[in-house]
Amino acid sequence: MAKAETMGPASGGLRVVGRALPKVDAVAKVTGRTKFADDLFLPRMLHCKMLRSTTPHASIVSIDTSRAEAHPGVHAVLVGADLPIPYGILPVSQDEHALCPHKVRFIGDPVAAVAAIDEETAWEACGLIEVVYDVLEPVGSIEDALDADDPQIHLYGDGHNVHKAVALEFGDVEAGLAEAELVQEDVFFYEGSTHLPMEQHAALADWRPDPAAGAPGNGPPAGRLTVWTASQTPHYVHRALAQVLGLPAARIRVIATPNGGGFGGKSDPFNHEIVVAELARRTGRPVKICLTREEVFYCHRGRHPVLMWMKTGFRKDGSITGMHFRSFLDGGGYGSYGVASTYYTGALQTTTYPVPAYRFEGLRAFTNKPPCGPKRGHGTPQPRFALEVHLDKAAERLGLDPAEMRLSHLVAAESVTANYLKIGSMGLGACIEKVVVASGWKRRFRKLPEGKGLGLACGSYISGAGLPIYWNNMPHSGVQLKLDRGGGVTVFCGSIEIGQGSDSVLAYVVAEVLGVDPFEIEVVTADTSLTPVDLGSYSSRVTLMTGNAALQAAERARELLVQAVSEEWEVSGVRVAFAEGRVFDVEDPERSIPFADAVVLAEGKFGTLGTVGSYTPPRSPGRYRGAGVGPSPAYSYAAAVAEVTVDLETGEMKVDEIWIAHDIGRAINPVVAIGQVEGSVYMGLGEALMEEMTYRGNRNVVHHHPSLLEYKSPTTHEMCRIHTFLVEDPDPNGPFGAKEVGQGPLLPIPPAIVNAVYDAVGARVDEVPVTPQKILAALKRKAKGEAPREGPGPVPEFDWPAPIRVPTPWEGGDGRALEEAREMGRGGVRAGAGGGVGAVTGGKPV
Amino acid sequence: MMRLPRFEYLVPESVEEALALKRDAPPDAAYVAGGTDLYPNMKRRHQEPPVVIALHEIAALKEISRLEDGGLAIGAACTLTQVASHPRVRADYPAVAATMRLISTPILQNMGTIGGNLLLDTRCNYYDQNYEWRKSISFCMKKDGTICWVAPQSPRCWAVQSADSAPLLVAMGAAVDLAGPGGERTIPIAALYRDDGILYLTKQRDELLTRIRLPAPNGWRASYRKLRRRGAFDFPVLGVGAWAKLADDGAVEDARVVLGGVGSAPEVVDKAREALVGRRLDSDAIAAAARAVWKAGRPLDNTDFTLSWRKEMIRPYVARTLGDLLDSP
Amino acid sequence: MLRAPAGEPLQVRLQVNGEPRVVSIPVHKTLLEVLREDLGLTGTKHGCELGECGTCTVLIDGEPVLSCLALPAAVQGRGVTTVEGLETAEGLHPLQQAFAELGAAQCGYCTPAFLLTAKALLDEEPAPSRQAIVDALGGNLCRCTGYLKIYEAVELAAARMRGEDAEPAWETLYGES
Repeated sequence: MAKAETMGPASGGLRVVGRALPKVDAVAKVTGRTKFADDLFLPRMLHCKMLRSTTPHASIVSIDTSRAEAHPGVHAVLVGADLPIPYGILPVSQDEHALCPHKVRFIGDPVAAVAAIDEETAWEACGLIEVVYDVLEPVGSIEDALDADDPQIHLYGDGHNVHKAVALEFGDVEAGLAEAELVQEDVFFYEGSTHLPMEQHAALADWRPDPAAGAPGNGPPAGRLTVWTASQTPHYVHRALAQVLGLPAARIRVIATPNGGGFGGKSDPFNHEIVVAELARRTGRPVKICLTREEVFYCHRGRHPVLMWMKTGFRKDGSITGMHFRSFLDGGGYGSYGVASTYYTGALQTTTYPVPAYRFEGLRAFTNKPPCGPKRGHGTPQPRFALEVHLDKAAERLGLDPAEMRLSHLVAAESVTANYLKIGSMGLGACIEKVVVASGWKRRFRKLPEGKGLGLACGSYISGAGLPIYWNNMPHSGVQLKLDRGGGVTVFCGSIEIGQGSDSVLAYVVAEVLGVDPFEIEVVTADTSLTPVDLGSYSSRVTLMTGNAALQAAERARELLVQAVSEEWEVSGVRVAFAEGRVFDVEDPERSIPFADAVVLAEGKFGTLGTVGSYTPPRSPGRYRGAGVGPSPAYSYAAAVAEVTVDLETGEMKVDEIWIAHDIGRAINPVVAIGQVEGSVYMGLGEALMEEMTYRGNRNVVHHHPSLLEYKSPTTHEMCRIHTFLVEDPDPNGPFGAKEVGQGPLLPIPPAIVNAVYDAVGARVDEVPVTPQKILAALKRKAKGEAPREGPGPVPEFDWPAPIRVPTPWEGGDGRALEEAREMGRGGVRAGAGGGVGAVTGGKPV
Repeated sequence: MMRLPRFEYLVPESVEEALALKRDAPPDAAYVAGGTDLYPNMKRRHQEPPVVIALHEIAALKEISRLEDGGLAIGAACTLTQVASHPRVRADYPAVAATMRLISTPILQNMGTIGGNLLLDTRCNYYDQNYEWRKSISFCMKKDGTICWVAPQSPRCWAVQSADSAPLLVAMGAAVDLAGPGGERTIPIAALYRDDGILYLTKQRDELLTRIRLPAPNGWRASYRKLRRRGAFDFPVLGVGAWAKLADDGAVEDARVVLGGVGSAPEVVDKAREALVGRRLDSDAIAAAARAVWKAGRPLDNTDFTLSWRKEMIRPYVARTLGDLLDSP
Repeated sequence: MLRAPAGEPLQVRLQVNGEPRVVSIPVHKTLLEVLREDLGLTGTKHGCELGECGTCTVLIDGEPVLSCLALPAAVQGRGVTTVEGLETAEGLHPLQQAFAELGAAQCGYCTPAFLLTAKALLDEEPAPSRQAIVDALGGNLCRCTGYLKIYEAVELAAARMRGEDAEPAWETLYGES
């Protein structure tokens, strides 16, 4: 790797942080050494296949597995009754079963599973299982879900097929709108999409009986379970397995294998993980499953399709006087992260431009489709798209340059928003300036020839959620450090490498503090038996949280070494420094010892060396129900300009170039950070142009195209040139000032592209994907003199619950609602179990 | 992992041997060349031939040679890459070389063959799905079911002819050699197809497509354009093959415009020929021809994109393909 | 003439990464399955097994093909190169080195396929244009990188393979300023 060790712009005496180094797992990844879950083979291993529902909504009348059980090569068959305990990622929506016991809720919902000597035999056996369904009317859309005549998908929620309905008001929005000089009102739609990791989900379970097991009459055999799985959240899988299998967590070991792409799609505990575990326990043999690509579409938990309405008041200078935003989420058949997703569609509208009064109403419907959940940007790309296109329209009506309008009204650093989000560092202004200059915005916007256009949009995202998914007061991330007398350093952390570089961040941070080569550090991650808990690779939390935990553990280790060395040298501890694999005296640089010798001294003094570090986010100022979603230790910011070319005759469109600046606080590794920006732009481009997770409403709500051919993931040909700027405005809460970069850069992309299309053709498409037929439809309306717009019609009527009213900080509010814990006062609608934020934190509003 | 069903695998070394094996095999035995169409279909259980007869060892099917009439014979088992990179093809049939490069992806061009592309199974959003998916809609008439979901009242299947090579080669007036138990016959490529999603070929079960005959490059021009979502992987959801012979004064002596990716067979639009012949290939003539093809094309809702937009795209795509003829040598 | 009965074991000789290997497999088992399950070469990945993603790409006599749609019996005796065959005793292949340096492998799942497709390109065309790289890699899907770091890595490796003392561009590593 010598070639790569080009010295970067290391600053502030940093030697590792800030340099473009290879990732610590790079060689494993480029040589085929990395073992993904499906690359694991154990002796005597059986293969599992699941039988899935072929009808979207039905009661299960009977399941006959006798022919499958008799099929040669079959070792076990499971049905829903074998795993009766429900589970779900959020404590308030424990609505999933590993195998449906009574009812199926979408095409692809599993009803039975087989373990057999090989995959073909298991598949054949699935074909021998006979399921009798009592078919129910399927609920195919949000509109259907609001129609009380359709059967109910679940017996819980905030209404008939309404999973969650929330209403929050911060300050007086009506007064804000009344004061406005321009009121802009729009309806937008953001189509659902899926993560489509190239690696299909896979899991392998191994059951090891206790030596004392097998004695008759002692109940089910005791033993230990190990599950290897392609999961972004091994800790949550660990909890779900313990819950559903009725095993003590101490008897379960979950090892998350490196994920071949996650993007949020491997963040739930999944039915197939539980099923192989139970099959391993029953057969006493290792059992593996690897989903087919079609099944990966059915796992889903991807981007919610969201219909949005928004109304915002502006002054002539472009400042906002008040904002009212409504979202309607098509949630699919189960809860998943949906309660959090619903809140997220409203939470981050306030983090970029000051919103003095804000009202948010959000609704998530149950429909008979694979459940939606968190995809890169979780719940925020949709409202961000709406907001940024909405602003583009308002700027035009106000006669303002959309870049200038945004620049003139930025949320201040170290401030608190109307909905009580505590903003730390805030580099959006610098981001906008970068992309405006680089794209030639001022001389080209609204001045390009017809068919060519520029569009600008911004975004902001959390660097980890402020609260854990289940209520607890423990750290979100833990790191253990082991120092070997040979000079070896091993970092243990529950975080999981999904390609974003989390293993490398641990090594870089520890290497920086201990002055050693990051490639000498052994990184052990994502093993619930070996590593302390980290909540997982989601919500862009890993660099900040594990980075801080690693920093603490490393600083504690350094302190032990300093004590031992300073004692040996008989100098003050402040004179002991660490660099380049040596420990030296800053006042006498000739005096130094190898790092390993320092470890020997410390081990002699203290005994075996190990330190721990952990991280818990700061408490957020919000105290109202619902305040649990949105707070973060730090917010990243991004601005992007897109340039597009539209074929006016066909509507076909190409994104030519994107300029994007991302406020990352500090780039721990710039080349890895740029990779995250480029990947986010790619994914945003796909959602803007072509990706659609859609269903045939009139054909049994079957997925349109659960295949890599027909689900359109952009190829090399669709990718545009990207100019990436990293804006480094260190945040006090980040390790070395670092904030997130894995998700935020996606947010400005769809609205920047859609705004660019308007600049190019003078017609609006108020939804994504912005397909050629939609552009052409808008152009035709323009040609006929009609409103030059293609997009959704009015949003459905819904009797929203009375909002929880929270006075803003500038009204003297303290983060609490006016009436605490008020019940949502609508007939037949009750608050979610635990209510409000309790929905996410498990019943304890914070 | 999607896996193949079991089958007996036979690898003949000559056309005669292949024909004999086919004659002795069960009726649903299949020939395979590149496997890029058949094997995915088998994995999805669209096709479950008990016997697969592989053609890759037959040298005669992989040759490219000059014909006596000045044309070019391309062995049916030549890969798309082989065809696209052959010096004769590149020099005399640039549109053929370019079209090969538009098919699927560069990697699949290394595997797929020109014969396989011409014989490509018709495609439909209700058919090109896994077994379980198709079961969820109670199957369709092309496989395991009785109804055509695209047109539920229809007695026939509307799966779409989706081979890029077909519209171009039909427009060029190319021919194919079919070897059968009774000997070999040569037919125009246009006659290879039937307008039916299930029985989409006139080739008999026992016949083997051995060669494609390109006409002598004596002054005609040809071009092909395809509509698809992405620059790789995707099948055409509209393909336009155009061919014309121009007189010295620029007047069109003869022309053919062929639509692919719309019906179950490539469609030669005679009205387009009428609009072009005798006129210079100017924008008026091109617009008239494009309009004629647009009137003739009737896409259904069974591919990517909406059918109304696909229909609308016929005009600009035909016009642009004809426009290409002015630029081509 | 080869006649392989359905489901019966068939002996197939392959030259895998320069080494002769003999496997006894039912004929319907694809090269992808045989490489991973019979030869333990799990560096070859799979994303759909239907020829729709390019993830399972290997080289047959230097040419990229999809192992999910290739039968070992049909490539009998020919040279198969997988990602495991790129590294030599001298070290990483220049493409592997460049991919590692530039973060062109994020999750790493599609990486073996990209490396092999790129190798075939560079073996044929030592100085490909950016467009030639875009075209050659059009049949390989990646969801992580947005392809740009992959292009840059291929260009860097190509320059080094031509004997140039090439280093990554500053913007590639640190962004534009």
